[in-house]
Amino acid sequence: MRQKFIMNIIVCIKQVPNTTDVRIDPLTNTLIREGVESVINPFDAYAIEEAVRLKERLGGKVTALTMGPPQAENALKEAISLGCDEAVLVSDRKFAGSDTWATSYTLSAAIKKLGAFDVIICGKQASDGDTAQVGPGISAHLNIPQVTYVKKIEQISAASAKVERMTEEGYDIVETPLPCLFTVVKEINTPRLPSMRGMMKAKSVKVTKWTADDIEADPRLLGLDGSPTRVVKIFTPAPRKGGEILNGDTADIARELAELLKDAVI
Amino acid sequence: MDYFLTEQQCMMRELAKKIADEKIKPVAAHYDETEEFAWPIMKILADSDLFGVYIPEQYGGLGGGITDMCVVTEELSRACGGIALGYAGTGLGTIPILLYGSEEQKKKFLPDIARGKRLAAFCLTEAEAGSDAGSMKTTAKKDGDHYILNGTKQWITNAGEAEVYTVIAITDKAKGTRGASAFIVEKGTKGMDFGKKEKKMGIRASATREVIFTDCRVPASNLISKEGMGFIVALKTLDNSRPGVAAQAVGIAQGALDHAVEYSRTRVQFGQPISGFQAIQHMLADMGTQVEAARALVYATARLVDSGAKSVSKESAMAKLFASETAMKVTTDAVQIFGGYGYMRDYPVEKLMRDAKITQIYEGTSQVQRNVIASNMIKESLKK
Repeated sequence: MRQKFIMNIIVCIKQVPNTTDVRIDPLTNTLIREGVESVINPFDAYAIEEAVRLKERLGGKVTALTMGPPQAENALKEAISLGCDEAVLVSDRKFAGSDTWATSYTLSAAIKKLGAFDVIICGKQASDGDTAQVGPGISAHLNIPQVTYVKKIEQISAASAKVERMTEEGYDIVETPLPCLFTVVKEINTPRLPSMRGMMKAKSVKVTKWTADDIEADPRLLGLDGSPTRVVKIFTPAPRKGGEILNGDTADIARELAELLKDAVI
Repeated sequence: MDYFLTEQQCMMRELAKKIADEKIKPVAAHYDETEEFAWPIMKILADSDLFGVYIPEQYGGLGGGITDMCVVTEELSRACGGIALGYAGTGLGTIPILLYGSEEQKKKFLPDIARGKRLAAFCLTEAEAGSDAGSMKTTAKKDGDHYILNGTKQWITNAGEAEVYTVIAITDKAKGTRGASAFIVEKGTKGMDFGKKEKKMGIRASATREVIFTDCRVPASNLISKEGMGFIVALKTLDNSRPGVAAQAVGIAQGALDHAVEYSRTRVQFGQPISGFQAIQHMLADMGTQVEAARALVYATARLVDSGAKSVSKESAMAKLFASETAMKVTTDAVQIFGGYGYMRDYPVEKLMRDAKITQIYEGTSQVQRNVIASNMIKESLKK
């Protein structure tokens, strides 16, 4: 008989602009965020679903955690409607300008304050920054193992987990002791829609709010000061030019195409 | 139009809309074509808690009423009236238990229905007992602590898929309409079988079959209310369920209207979108007005039902009559706006037109609704 144990799961999420609405200001090369709806980072939806499925299978608790401005509370409430049990928002002006290193430090400090856990699950990356660094950064700060791009959790027990990790050619099977951190890819599951009971709970839930002081973070490692990354330049790549269409007799087109390909030195 | 729904009702509308748009719309044409029963969607609806919106909290539901059921049915029907019927048909099969079931029956059957673990169905119609339900031939004969059911129910929505059936049968032929009784029969009961699946014009994602009883022994504890109450149970059930059919009709009409408005904006003829032509604009204006009027009547009626009003027959019949006639008209006009494309099965509006037709027929034809409305009006006048 499979040993039943209580899983303490933390899922880290980010509120991002809905990418289907995002436009880039051609003058400043920055995202135009005004009037753009904020949503849970799409990759984090898979992390939430996997966390909730683990809880449903094994029993336990899922805590959704995010660092962000006060309105990120909405993303946490949505996570509750999808089956998470508790929600924590770490929010402070001191976090402004955090790069992935400072962000993962801040989140790891919050996780330490949360206490013992078995698994941390993150989406593989955020749809706005696309760095895929915060998950790995958290595991580094907490000094726990990490497995990135997880596409299936094969087995999990109180002491270890066996997972499939997606690679370009196929997948690796990786065994890791717990506690550990996974980042997950969209192949891992199909996220559910919220339930009425979940939505009603989200309406009334009290989101825990922590500041930099609450998580006892080293102020030198927070926000812009704690961020070694310097963004040198962000630019919009020139839009692709349309292809060339050859017209005429098939034999002529074939000849012309062969010449063009030769000249293009592919 | 704002119908001043409660916060909880707004939530269920939002959720039903999400399911309709994200989960049902992409598969509606598939289920219409294959006539399969959309179990994957039923599972999503079950997980969403929407099956329980009209079931009291003490039986595992969310404690709402007919209004809540209408809100969900309307939103789902916008995407597919057939798939929505798996949901609404369960409501129809459940209402007899909600209205007349004993505490024991409610405790036994409602929690699973509220969770969407079991679907329900209502069995009234027979081959020779359509509008004239009094001509039914299915019998239930008392035998110790059981009733023995014999007969065939026809065109039963959810038959074969549902687990809980509420069945009207004659217990005492001599008493006429006072000789009918209502029973709960569970799928799997020996002597209960299903006929072949019917091939229908519309709502093809919905399962319709005969339910055949051959010496089917049903425990006497499954009798709803008491012997002789069958017709009252049936009529009161229909009074309560007709706003649901009306909500389904409003949803189908709204779906067609949405398609028509969008298409008229993108279809270019004579160098401009056809939405620029007054002929099209006036059609759209009429369609929009009719749909809103139907919706207003549906929700006013649903609220009346939920208020516990003593008689809602007339209003329920009016809502169902008006909404179903509106659905037929609006879906026909939507096909007209699409022109030749509308007639093609590659486009969604001909399906909505086929789906709309049933709302004028089942749970009482439009003609029967008029009979109900008129007889109530005349009765009211006599009382004055």
